[in-house]
Amino acid sequence: MKRRKFLVGSAIGVGVILGSGYLSRKVWRRYLAGVANTIDLPYLKPAPPHLWFEIKANNEIILHCPKVEMGQGAFTGLAQIAADELDVRVDQMQVVHATTDTDNIDEFSTGGSTSISSLWQPLRELAATMREMLKNEAAKQHNLPIKDLSTSEGMIRHGEQQLTYGEIAASVETWTVPKTPPLKDPKSYQWVGKPIPRVDLLEKVTGSPIYGMDAEMPDMLFGAIARPDKVDAELGTVDTAEADKMPGVVKIVQEKDFVGVIAHSYTEAENAKNALNITWKTNRAWQSSDILEMIQVGKGSPQEIQKEGRADRLLDSSSEGLMQAEYSSPIGAHAQLEPNGAVAYVEKDKATVIISTQVVKLTRSEVAKRLGMKKEQVNIIPSFLGGGFGRRLHTPHAAEIAVLSRAVGRPVKCFYNRQEEFQNDTFRPPTHHVLKAKLSDNKEIIALEHHVSSGDVMFGSPLFPGIAEHILGADLGAWRGGMIQYSGIPNHRAVSWRVKLPFATSWWRSLGLLANTFAIESFMDELAHRAGKDPVAFRLAHINDSEAGLRLKAVIQAAAEKAKWGQALEEGHAMGFACSTDVNTPVAQVAEISISNDKIKVHKVTCAIDPGLVINPDQVRAQCEGAIIMGMSAAMFEEMEVVDNSLQPIIYGPYRMAQMRDAPKEIDVVLLENAQTPGAVGEPPLGPIGAAIANAVFALTGQRLRSMPLQPA
Amino acid sequence: MKIECTINGEKRKLETEGSTPLLWVLRDELGLKGTKFGCGKAACGACTVHVNGTAIRSCSYPIQAAQQAEIRTIEGLGNESALHAVQQAWQEEIVPQCGYCQPGFMMAAAALIDRIPDPTDEDIDQNITNICRCGTYYRMRKAIHRAVAIQQHQKETASENSTL
Ligand code: FES
Ligand code: FES
Repeated sequence: MKRRKFLVGSAIGVGVILGSGYLSRKVWRRYLAGVANTIDLPYLKPAPPHLWFEIKANNEIILHCPKVEMGQGAFTGLAQIAADELDVRVDQMQVVHATTDTDNIDEFSTGGSTSISSLWQPLRELAATMREMLKNEAAKQHNLPIKDLSTSEGMIRHGEQQLTYGEIAASVETWTVPKTPPLKDPKSYQWVGKPIPRVDLLEKVTGSPIYGMDAEMPDMLFGAIARPDKVDAELGTVDTAEADKMPGVVKIVQEKDFVGVIAHSYTEAENAKNALNITWKTNRAWQSSDILEMIQVGKGSPQEIQKEGRADRLLDSSSEGLMQAEYSSPIGAHAQLEPNGAVAYVEKDKATVIISTQVVKLTRSEVAKRLGMKKEQVNIIPSFLGGGFGRRLHTPHAAEIAVLSRAVGRPVKCFYNRQEEFQNDTFRPPTHHVLKAKLSDNKEIIALEHHVSSGDVMFGSPLFPGIAEHILGADLGAWRGGMIQYSGIPNHRAVSWRVKLPFATSWWRSLGLLANTFAIESFMDELAHRAGKDPVAFRLAHINDSEAGLRLKAVIQAAAEKAKWGQALEEGHAMGFACSTDVNTPVAQVAEISISNDKIKVHKVTCAIDPGLVINPDQVRAQCEGAIIMGMSAAMFEEMEVVDNSLQPIIYGPYRMAQMRDAPKEIDVVLLENAQTPGAVGEPPLGPIGAAIANAVFALTGQRLRSMPLQPA
Repeated sequence: MKIECTINGEKRKLETEGSTPLLWVLRDELGLKGTKFGCGKAACGACTVHVNGTAIRSCSYPIQAAQQAEIRTIEGLGNESALHAVQQAWQEEIVPQCGYCQPGFMMAAAALIDRIPDPTDEDIDQNITNICRCGTYYRMRKAIHRAVAIQQHQKETASENSTL
């Protein structure tokens, strides 16, 4: 069958929104910001069913998954969703990464907590259609009336007679794609909603070689590409004399923008790279103090992203009873365990790249462009990711490694070392926040305003066309979580300040959510204390009964109840509360902490989340646990600095991250399902944790910690 | 130089540069890719293997130090049909997310319960210092305690069988 557009996603097209010409520029930008804040990214242009499902003669069903598995459990959740409409058991399925030459290519990326939510509708339709296709074929091949055929567990049944899907599929040469049949009632699903073990579990406990780092090709050589240890550096002069003489060197490749060596082993390639004499062109000697200065609210360019009522006028500096506080967060590294790299093999008229990437399609385009090939000549083979977290939403090293391979006519494997990872990361930008508010006489918030200043997240990302900057006006990655969710506050406003930093900043799991929620939810705590109200009751009192408001209230109540908020605690312990809604998924968290020797110890975190329909409760819990630990790690310990134009530290340890001893001994996750369809899970639970801990510190000591990493005095 | 050692129960004779880290010998020369590279500086634990029963970080362990040693990697800890107690516990607690750090953690945990058969939380905190970016520590702790129980059970069944 020729490829054709199959199912049309339910995207709200940007074009439609732009058509609203009656809105002024400022107003429609705000409107757009509001839309962007709540919609999930749709899955665009799904390929036809038989490009998703490969049915083997032995009746094994292979799901060629265009979303990559980076730990988030996409393979498992998608297998569950597909199984229910395809009428197979999950254990009859095997999920693999779709390579680009299967033509089942994700138009965008694996990211934004959308792997499940964006495919919920299309994948069910695809699976149901595939089932229908099998039935049609069975009817045709065996001359049976289709209405008498039923399906279950990978079998087509007709009375006593049964045929496996594999038997039917074996003789099909060209599939005909029928109209999408009606979907089943989700209530009747057998797999959706079950806490089945992850489908990749056995591989992951036996140490199977499944990551990009593990890939090999026959006759493979090792490459090493020099990366700057300086901020904002470009390749200057290169002297290869020393490196040429190093043992094992096969070739040194010098391009305008990079230099790499190719050798027989990893160690030889690394040693030869270190023997290159390179000068990097830099512009100035940046220091952390420069960055701190630049990032202050008021320095960059502002864009109003939310406005309700007259917050700006009510909160001007002369107004009586004005409360104001400043918060900040540092530069954060991804620090994913598997370094970036790839194995590439460029032949005369084709190229193959095995890689851990979140952007399969983009990587293919970049490789093709660099090699002067057509996209169809490049096959990207995605592998399991040893962590994604947004670090792999751009993997331009694939093209560089392809160039190395072309230079020697053999496959080349090449990856970053850890120092290069730390110094060439696409960091979580540092932020600065100014919050202002006023209470009424009866201690309710009359007006609340949030200013966030941040380096870029979405702007500059090759995932979005440059035009997005002009359309949106403000970086939705930077202000993610920065809007005021307390709909009951009559006057509220949020402003995003854009700052261009001299190093790359980009997507980091949950984007601005962690920092913005830290600022807003800490400030809410300040306001509650000023008002003399309980922080939980105070929050509830400022949320309207809209659908989103009710869902938020429900998680707040659930978390408070489960954590026994307000109960007497062990001596020296205290609780803190925070909540946020991210892409329609509300989350509330309670952190119980103590402090000894000026160090915070998080004993227990209670988390209530409402991601809508839950596909796999165990994996939703796992994502919450992981997000809580990653979030507390970032909030309590992590910080990159710029020292004499170099990003530091360059290794785990000095880049302090949460370890076993820091992890809470109890994480209690409560799942609510107050929506009909599955929503975001991977990122939302990262939002509240920083503020929940800081608020607990306040409850315990009266100290208000306003900058991350949190350090009690 | 010539190195003789036992890897996962098999005698091996290797010819390699003595300073080469054990990690790269395992991964690139012997194809044992379950042992991972995370940092190369003994800072993350992704490369943890056992040398003579002790957990070491193979990225910073020159192969020459493994002369005549017994080396065990994740591939030799257990296999699909006979998982080690730690692997079984990891499976039952559904610990892995991305999974990249997990072989290192399982090797560290297996060495820990060999040395301290019923570790306290304190023992776990002090001895398990690897890094997991996905933040699976909470389940790992439960899995380590569960592995102890599994091992206990295995021993009891073994001794029951031998007295029969
Ligand atoms: S790779 Fe050996 S400790 Fe990190
Ligand atoms: S499971 Fe991903 S780093 Fe540990």
